Amino acid sequence: MDLSRLTIHELHELLMKKEVTSREITEALFRRIKEVDRKTQAYLLLTEEEAFLQAERIDEKIRHGEEIGDLAGIPIALKDILCTKGIRTTCASKILANYVPFYDATVVQKLKGEGAVFLGKLNMDEFAMGSSTENSGFQITRNPWNLTRIPGGSSGGSAAAVAADECIAALGTDTGGSIRQPASCCGVVGMKPTYGRVSRYGLVAFASSLDQIGPITKDVTDCAIMMNAISGYDPLDSTSVPREVPDYKQFLIQDIRGIRIGIPKEYFIEGMDPEVEKAVREAIELYRSLGAEIEELSLPHTEYAVAVYYIICTAEASSNLARYDGVKYGLRCKEYEDLLEMYMLTRAQGFGQEVKRRILLGTYVLSAGYYEAYYRKASQVRTLIRSDFEEAFRKVDVILSPTAPTPAFRIGEKVNDPLQMYLSDIHTIPVNLAGIPAISIPCGFSQEGLPIGLQLMGRHFDEGMLLRVAYAFEKNTEFHLKKPDLA
Amino acid sequence: MRMDIEKVARLARIKLTEEEKVIFGNQLEQVLTYMEQLNRLDTQGIEPTSHAIPIFNVFREDEVRPSMPREEVLGLAPSQEDGHFKVPRIIE
Repeated sequence: MDLSRLTIHELHELLMKKEVTSREITEALFRRIKEVDRKTQAYLLLTEEEAFLQAERIDEKIRHGEEIGDLAGIPIALKDILCTKGIRTTCASKILANYVPFYDATVVQKLKGEGAVFLGKLNMDEFAMGSSTENSGFQITRNPWNLTRIPGGSSGGSAAAVAADECIAALGTDTGGSIRQPASCCGVVGMKPTYGRVSRYGLVAFASSLDQIGPITKDVTDCAIMMNAISGYDPLDSTSVPREVPDYKQFLIQDIRGIRIGIPKEYFIEGMDPEVEKAVREAIELYRSLGAEIEELSLPHTEYAVAVYYIICTAEASSNLARYDGVKYGLRCKEYEDLLEMYMLTRAQGFGQEVKRRILLGTYVLSAGYYEAYYRKASQVRTLIRSDFEEAFRKVDVILSPTAPTPAFRIGEKVNDPLQMYLSDIHTIPVNLAGIPAISIPCGFSQEGLPIGLQLMGRHFDEGMLLRVAYAFEKNTEFHLKKPDLA
Repeated sequence: MRMDIEKVARLARIKLTEEEKVIFGNQLEQVLTYMEQLNRLDTQGIEPTSHAIPIFNVFREDEVRPSMPREEVLGLAPSQEDGHFKVPRIIE
């Protein structure tokens, strides 16, 4: 049995029965990484030494008959946007190429507390800006299902690593779809929690009113386990919400009779990929057969979401990324005449093209004379988008749509056309603007063998309902069991 | 062109090459044209949303707590001296 192929809950059971040790599991994962990562290029950094130390600590506990949690001894990997104490955290940017934080992100500390074993740091679009992971300052990650395709982004390394069995589960971050779209492209499960459910402390900021950390896993049960570990109020993040966290595993029940699922007509538009449409329509029929009530509805301001998003996220990014000035940490250019030139050259040398583009756009929309026309206008339309969802959730419990308009596109296909790249997030962006939770689960494959993802959106703090509806689908399908062939 | 790219780059503190000015200028023009669709909506009187979840001021007790360790913070700086971040001379 290749241990790298299993899920958190399967491995937990083997650990409890003392049939395997965490050391053996960790060895299996590093073997797998050495075998396939030269193809996927998912990892930026491996932390083998620390991983084995942690695995042995857990094995020691198990030997002594101590009780262990669901994640103890389980190998997990982190998107390289999460600060890890003493371990390089680059955000896939040259400007942070040598940055070694002296503190852990809250989610990292929580997972450590649960006894998780960290394998390393995963590739991403620089500062999480992108939908293909092609904007990494260091390397191109490839889709395990087809190495000529993008893995999605920005958490492309996380999704590719989970799909390729290079980790058991991973953390990603989602500002406009960056967990769900790569999960969809790679045929795995990805959840963006409600804004405020998970602490952002130690997450390198991109757009603070939209960013949220969440799990990428092999199945829905593992998603619930990860959500249990990372959720909750944190005094170090004043936007995290002091609200009780339920045990998410209690929602893994196979009964969705009477649950009302809304189908927003704006998400099924002319020109959408026919294979995606077919897979999602079949998913709807499956839900109907399981006793859910299917209801068509309208989210009338959907078409404005991409425009709103790229005003708000670039405005916030231009302000957040002002901190990279070559003074306190990160890169400083070698030669300069004065302070201003030091700033200008450091940022010219340290940032990649997409990051520069977004900082410029954000600076423009916030600049004197344009603020009202762009930022204020976008924030008002954001209110309308939020109200669309509030209205819809008075009638239904869950809203269902495709996660992405197409399966994974080809590497290089959209790099020179930012607008086309932005439009690939059209189904995921409204969720971030409204702050609601959503999950992407595998729901089919294209004829070329590329995964297709289904998105379920829920009410604020109703992750439990999403897990329940996702679990019912998974229990009645086998898409999540299929693995890419990387031999 | 809507955007004075040189001015914006100066505000953003990013030195652009001549080639970048042309490419970014064109690409951002295209993006801004796309954003014009927002003008089709009448938003008079609509409250702007800055956070999706209502957030109010968060207070805590005014207690002394340890700060970030100075040595470790300074250890990350590209240039430091005598407990300070070091930058080029700014006063003539």
